[in-house]
Amino acid sequence: MPLSPALLALTLASLTQAGLLLVAAGFALRILRHWDLNSGSERQLDLERRTYLVATLVAWVFGANLLSLLLFVYNAEQLSTQFVGAMCATGVLNANAWGWPALYLKMALFFAGATWLLLNRVDNQAPDYPLVRPKYALLLLIAPLALAEALIQWQFFSGLKPDLITSCCGALFGPDAQGVAAELVGLEPATSLAALYLSGLAILVVGLLYRYRGWGGRLFALLAALGFVIALAAIVSSVALYVYEHPHHHCPFCLLKTGHDLVGYLLYPPLFTATALALGIGLIRIWHRVPSLAGVIATEGRRLVGLALMFFGLFYGVATWLILRSNLVLLGSG
Amino acid sequence: MIRLEQVSKVFNQGRHNEVRAVRNLSLELDTRGVTVLKGPSGSGKTSLLAMIGCLSRPTSGRIHLEGRLISNLPERFMTEVRRATFGFIFQRFNLIRGLTVLENVMLPAYPLAPDPRELRDQALDLLRQFRLAERAHNQAEWLSGGEAQRTAICRALINRPRILIADEPTANLDSQLSRELLALIGELAEQGKGVLISSHDPLVFDHAQVSRVVELRDGGLA
Amino acid sequence: MRALLRRQRYLLDYSLSSLARRPGKHLALLLVYSLVVFLLASTLLFTQSLRREAALILADAPELIVQRLVAGRHDLMPADYLDRLGQLRGVSDAYGRLWGYFYDPAVKANYTLLVPRQEPPVPGEVRLGAGVARTRGLGVGDYLSLRSARGEPFSFRIAGLLEAETELVSSDLLLLNAEDFRRFFAFPADRFTDLVLRVRNPSEVRKVAEKIALALPDTRPILRDEILRTYDALFGWRQGLIIVLLGGALLAFVIFAFDRAAGLSAEERREIGILKAIGWETGDVLRMKFWEGAALSLTAFLAGYLLAYAHVFFFAAALFAPVLKGWAVLYPDFRPLPFVDGLQVATLFFFTVFPYTVATIVPIWRAAITDPDQVMR
Repeated sequence: MPLSPALLALTLASLTQAGLLLVAAGFALRILRHWDLNSGSERQLDLERRTYLVATLVAWVFGANLLSLLLFVYNAEQLSTQFVGAMCATGVLNANAWGWPALYLKMALFFAGATWLLLNRVDNQAPDYPLVRPKYALLLLIAPLALAEALIQWQFFSGLKPDLITSCCGALFGPDAQGVAAELVGLEPATSLAALYLSGLAILVVGLLYRYRGWGGRLFALLAALGFVIALAAIVSSVALYVYEHPHHHCPFCLLKTGHDLVGYLLYPPLFTATALALGIGLIRIWHRVPSLAGVIATEGRRLVGLALMFFGLFYGVATWLILRSNLVLLGSG
Repeated sequence: MIRLEQVSKVFNQGRHNEVRAVRNLSLELDTRGVTVLKGPSGSGKTSLLAMIGCLSRPTSGRIHLEGRLISNLPERFMTEVRRATFGFIFQRFNLIRGLTVLENVMLPAYPLAPDPRELRDQALDLLRQFRLAERAHNQAEWLSGGEAQRTAICRALINRPRILIADEPTANLDSQLSRELLALIGELAEQGKGVLISSHDPLVFDHAQVSRVVELRDGGLA
Repeated sequence: MRALLRRQRYLLDYSLSSLARRPGKHLALLLVYSLVVFLLASTLLFTQSLRREAALILADAPELIVQRLVAGRHDLMPADYLDRLGQLRGVSDAYGRLWGYFYDPAVKANYTLLVPRQEPPVPGEVRLGAGVARTRGLGVGDYLSLRSARGEPFSFRIAGLLEAETELVSSDLLLLNAEDFRRFFAFPADRFTDLVLRVRNPSEVRKVAEKIALALPDTRPILRDEILRTYDALFGWRQGLIIVLLGGALLAFVIFAFDRAAGLSAEERREIGILKAIGWETGDVLRMKFWEGAALSLTAFLAGYLLAYAHVFFFAAALFAPVLKGWAVLYPDFRPLPFVDGLQVATLFFFTVFPYTVATIVPIWRAAITDPDQVMR
């Protein structure tokens, strides 16, 4: 295992995250067992005070995870010099079987944290805290996720043996390779771009329906999740090519480099934010019949869907701009 | 109208030093006029005042404010009710040292996030009304007893509460200042604010403007 | 949205004024905090600049170096190997190098003697690295006298000094003519120290190396990429090691921060009690305290980082360069090129601000849940 500072930082951060979430989960169990808002007993008052601590812990973990997601990609990028054939982060993530799972788990933790915080926010607006039980039950599911993330990341790091011959992004994302990544690359640019804009259109239409008519909150979340996957696939299979102006360079991480105007920071944050908001909407929609929450969910939902649409719009706008400004011709007779 | 049903407050529940500060108390209070809770120390009047003022929650029993049940609200919402309904004047005034008089007065409004200019103007208006305008930018610890007391009243009024709660307001004042304070409180009552005072000072419950005296002993009505 | 921002502004206002009202208490924390950031940032910046410097030098280095091995030891390279290697497909240029080490008892240091390929000095003249010139107290036009391998004294006129830009490697360097080199060391005429191959297409380097290993089994090809990788791993490892060593200090800092946050004075407790009584909610106090921590962290982080930046780039890491650079006797007067690296700042953030926040979460929460009716008791 290469003993670099960034790697130590990531390990430390993910262990702390997992530790804090385990503490929060322990508390969640107590809430599930003893919560009784009608009681003024000291135990209930104590439980209520601890909900503040738990929300703070989850918010902290969420922030830490967001930063470590970035650091993880940076770190892989930098380690790439130590692996033969790894020209960028992609090559390092391929160095063993745990690289991509670690990244996916980090992303999953990001979305889980974001939706939980949204749920918590909504619940805190109803005086009877109707979602206390589902909320803390969910927390019990998130804690193992953080634990898994810490373990898998550790597996990935400890399995890194510098000097391994890894496939570089050109080789990995070449059309003759196997696996999901290759399937993404195998996508025709025309197909992936058509899917990108179709999903964008669907998200916009359903989002607007939800905003002005109050229909289809869960459909919106579903479409957004689908749109997220399609967007990532489209980035790998075509948008990246337009940015690099190179027909075989598919790396999704090189977009974050200065050499490419850091355009990745205009693409990924809006996409992730929008998706997290949309997933949050889908989740809170489940309880829109709870009397004390009906109003809250209606107004929060409208607000959140507006924000989500704004961020989706930003993402699609930037992607389109990148394609239009590029000198590369992938579609048409060219 | 404030209605209390079978309200109890227990401290250190289940431990050997358990204290039952208020026991199964039922009571109705008018939210207009001046009401005094009278009783010796340890009679539960401060605990009762804290529960009515949404500073703490009863261990059992219910409290209704204008028909709304407030005794089972979590802290987040109790605070909202408290901010909108009650203004507090404490025994030792409890101004924050190192902050100016103006800042001390504006402090309760911070979490409500009003427009900063409006808030400032409103606070300065209050200070003028209570003859503290020229003290606005002095630090709180330099005030005389009377000024500190008037600053505390301004602070209690900044969120435009309907009801003022004063806990033993005259305990640290000489008779002269006590009378001045009661006169000010009387004026506020005339302007339509409800006032709830806990005290065992005869100067307070013999005051002309007091509309009702509730006597407490050992956590119940005497 | 506006109200949300405005509320944060009010809370930030309050926390800043609260910090300003208790300067003594926070100054100690700020000092320790900045010191921790400074130490970590200095080591990171310094080792990172060593690494960058090495990469900068190696960027111009040849893709392939071929050494001869006899009985597993590095040996002199026969000149006729050069022709055989030069003909390999993919090799665009091949030449033999002459270099070696010389121990100078006068200053108890090793020099590196090298025959440059471009513009070698005329016979009888040398160009000197700054380190050699400094220790021997020599300037351009002076004469440098050394004892040759046969025991005779040799005098070189100093024709020039090497640029300081890459002093890390050129400090102990002595450039001379090929003839002088062979005479000075009594070096056989048909031998080189090693051979250098240029390969234009980077993807062919490995292929060429394989062919060399097949054609000349008594040689060892060394790839530039491998050197770079080794450097990278080595410097990364050193940084990691230092951080592990500094772990103790970090832990002490975390405990200190926890202690500071947990040990609220009676005055502060009373203040929070008052805030809660007059209508602040637990969440408001939490946020206010969060801003307080953020202001402290930002100040300490900026101060520590800027100090470290100055220390490394303007004062050449005077405090611990001797430990980190290695064992050379001729300390290079090393002035690295300034840079800011995102990964590094993020790493530093994880090692300082994160532990600080974690350490203060529980104490802050404990303070924030003060009962609002406490001021009445």
